[in-house]
Amino acid sequence: MILAKVVGTVVATRKDDRLVGSKLLLVQPVSPDGEARGASLVAVDTVDAGAAETVLVVSGSSARMAAGLTDRPIDAAIVGIVDAVETD
Amino acid sequence: MRLARVIGSVVATRKDRTLEGAKLLLTQPVDRDGRPVGATQLAVDAVGAGVGELVLLVLEGRAAGAALGRRAAPVDAALVGIVDSNGLAD
Amino acid sequence: MQLARVIGNVVSTAKDPGLAGCTLLVLQPLSASREKVGAPLVAVDSVGAGAGEDVFFVRGREAAFPFHPRVVPTDASVTGICDHWSSEAVASTPARRASRRSSKG
Repeated sequence: MILAKVVGTVVATRKDDRLVGSKLLLVQPVSPDGEARGASLVAVDTVDAGAAETVLVVSGSSARMAAGLTDRPIDAAIVGIVDAVETD
Repeated sequence: MRLARVIGSVVATRKDRTLEGAKLLLTQPVDRDGRPVGATQLAVDAVGAGVGELVLLVLEGRAAGAALGRRAAPVDAALVGIVDSNGLAD
Repeated sequence: MQLARVIGNVVSTAKDPGLAGCTLLVLQPLSASREKVGAPLVAVDSVGAGAGEDVFFVRGREAAFPFHPRVVPTDASVTGICDHWSSEAVASTPARRASRRSSKG
């Protein structure tokens, strides 16, 4: 999983039927300190995340294990909203 | 599969129980000239490889589980062959 | 599987029900010579690891296996705590993908 910040929403009218009803968010991966790292990606939101929140993003086939995403053609899902990152 | 050099071993007392008895080796993926490429990988040894040997590293979970002989083991890398040094230029 | 050091943990209240009760650790992947390799990531703990410990972790679908038959939506899990490791050093270079990320970040 990676830490990421929600930076936008994605609206798509024409999409795979199995994506109908999925909320798509644009997220920017960040370091534990909150600095942007690498390219942004589109993830399916399963926890009702909002703009500017730090979230947990799971990628690859594991993303389909998130609640309600079985058999959806996705490779990234938001599975948690981060309250705090505690580092040494 | 990738070419890798066995560079060491890892000892872990506390680990997932499906890894009990598994030999865990540290491997460094290398290119055809033997230069290190990418991050060090920890792999389950299925062929009795030793430090310094050039091996075939499979980076895929299902194959790694099969190499370990346990289908539901949480492994994503396994050594499945030792490269005959005569077959490659050193 | 890769080596890593546990550098922190993540607190999350609103999360997938499959992650309930899971400890979320922040990991910094390491090379065999203990240099940082690539970007930190978050992994679910399955062995009771804590901050400052050296561990190994598994990526991909297999990361859910320690919790079977529970379905835990994770792509990385800590599956062992390293007592020690030995290596005859082959200089390690960061993964291409990792270096590309860090150069942008």
